[in-house]
Amino acid sequence: MRSPTRQTLATTCKDNVMAQGDPIIQAKDIIIKFSLRGRTLTAIRGASLELYEGETLAIVGESGSGKSVLTKSFIGMLDQNGWIDSGTVSFEGRDLARLRSERDWLAIRGKKISMVFQDPMTALNPLKTIGSQIREVFELHHGMSGKTADHAVIEMLERVGIDNPHERHRQYPHEFSGGMRQRVVIAIAVACKPRVLICDEPTTALDVTIQAQILALIKALQRDLGFTTVYITHDLGVVANVADRVAVMYAGQIVETGTAEEVFYDSRHPYTWALLSSLPQQGIKGQLLYSISGTPPNLFNTITGDAFAPRNPKALRIDFVRQPPMFEISPTHRAATWLLDSRAPAIDPPPAILGMRAKLGGAKLGGGVL
Amino acid sequence: MNGAEREVLLELRDLEVGFKTKHGIFRAVKGVNFSIYRGETFGLVGESGSGKTSIGRAIVRINDVSSGSILYKGRKISGPISRDLDLEVVRTIQMIFQDPMASLNERAKVDYIVSEGLYNIGVKRTEAERLALVEKALLEVGLLPEFASRFPHEFSGGQRQRIGIARALIMEPELVIADEPISALDVSIRAQVLNLLATIQKAKGLTYLFIAHDLSVVRFITDRIAVINKGELVELAETEELFRHPLHPYTRALISAIPQPDPRAERIKVVTVYDPACHDYAVDTPSWVDVGAGHFVLANASELARYKEEMSSSA
Repeated sequence: MRSPTRQTLATTCKDNVMAQGDPIIQAKDIIIKFSLRGRTLTAIRGASLELYEGETLAIVGESGSGKSVLTKSFIGMLDQNGWIDSGTVSFEGRDLARLRSERDWLAIRGKKISMVFQDPMTALNPLKTIGSQIREVFELHHGMSGKTADHAVIEMLERVGIDNPHERHRQYPHEFSGGMRQRVVIAIAVACKPRVLICDEPTTALDVTIQAQILALIKALQRDLGFTTVYITHDLGVVANVADRVAVMYAGQIVETGTAEEVFYDSRHPYTWALLSSLPQQGIKGQLLYSISGTPPNLFNTITGDAFAPRNPKALRIDFVRQPPMFEISPTHRAATWLLDSRAPAIDPPPAILGMRAKLGGAKLGGGVL
Repeated sequence: MNGAEREVLLELRDLEVGFKTKHGIFRAVKGVNFSIYRGETFGLVGESGSGKTSIGRAIVRINDVSSGSILYKGRKISGPISRDLDLEVVRTIQMIFQDPMASLNERAKVDYIVSEGLYNIGVKRTEAERLALVEKALLEVGLLPEFASRFPHEFSGGQRQRIGIARALIMEPELVIADEPISALDVSIRAQVLNLLATIQKAKGLTYLFIAHDLSVVRFITDRIAVINKGELVELAETEELFRHPLHPYTRALISAIPQPDPRAERIKVVTVYDPACHDYAVDTPSWVDVGAGHFVLANASELARYKEEMSSSA
């Protein structure tokens, strides 16, 4: 009953995005290393990820889990001391892992794959007007100039919800609030109509009410312009709001991936369980929250077995010895944990996870476990 | 929880905090009134720039109060006060800060960081007594005593926040002001720190003023919540009451925007946007009124009538 083989999806999963054919970006067995003070750190330890046309994928993980590093390798923005050690990133028939020259990257970065950064304070140049920073994109990637470029800038500002764009494009970043600045950053990122938009913690620096507006804006733009979105975030509330599919990262690996419903209501990896259970929303007042003890592993060291095992109170003996493979739970849902092996003992997830499963009602996702 | 028979530890009366700017005085806090009872966790929630941190800093006497007063155990602690009272405030009201990366002295060892406050309150202690207190404080927050000889950069964010908590605890405070104590921490570490705060509170009978912008965390940890917008309190109630019957449109907007870790709920969620223009305060001016059972709201007469109607129909 706990077989890792192909199992049928027993529910009507209307957001199933699997059936969309070939992925737009396909990363395979990526290993990324950094050289730091004479030592080598393995930030990404063999991660594979597919991104399908038109979907919204959220990559979830703690700081240091490698979620930013992995996506930065898609746009050639790894820090100077980092390199892709092995693996491939296929995009439009090319292997991005092999691109070396800045000229090659310019045809992709900002044009085909674009990025929105966390902090709108630092992403914009404080010495240039908002308009000129957006205009730059049109001039560089679309060869526009003069009135046409002006017009495009104003239209773009209008599109991202900046009032009175005719006046405001002449203003500087400091004259904009945090939320408005993030709208400008988004305008710059989508100005050249990218195929993929990567949003790295786009709302972490913002207030909740503004966060909701920015998420709605990105969704609306995605609908109108038809790009594919990747969110990088540690906020599971944001993930639930935006994601079609979710990939959970831990210590440089993807430990679980599935549709949003599968990952939230039917998670299988102990790390996903721990993440979901430790949310205050899951807590009962007056009782202690479920908490993960310890800290993530040091990536300078070689990690044997399941990287999460030392923090997992119910880890199996094999978890410390051998790294678990990806087990398939449904065509869309995979997790790397020995708990899914047919020989593994039955281990109950924490109560909060059982509560999430109960939300599914009678309909169960994936295999018939439990 | 009836306020009548509980001891008021801290009381803010018409508190105003202003800052001088090029264009005159900026009023960061405008006439704020609330009381914190001994032993409770009081949440102060607002967006950035709402004045919540200014209130916390005014209580520990970092910010000057421009008018109104702060009463601590019935005594006025704002404005000029006696040296004895000042020492008592310094010792018994402690703060935990948001960013553990920025709030610890990088060049001092944990030993000094944790016990620095003890040097400032004029109690003579031998070196052995001081070390014993440091060890006790570190153990209380789940750190090892041998960490005392290390520097802050050797610790992770969660551990550093524990050092920040130990530094507050060593003073044996009665009121702890925690200003966004977990927002800079990773998800898996947040739960550890929240649990630690709850455990310490139970063991020591502490009172917390919990300042935050994240309503989901505040809901879990607080007994009562005050919502602040642009320097004014707009609503105050017991936590669950506030979530069940939010009256002020700003509170409603805040609650509606909380992201839930539940994709199906998120998909059907409607976020309401607060428009200050929805109030017509030109003639009928608002005041801070108790609508029953310690549920306060900022409203004028016509709004109040509407709120009361809503409350009775939903009750």
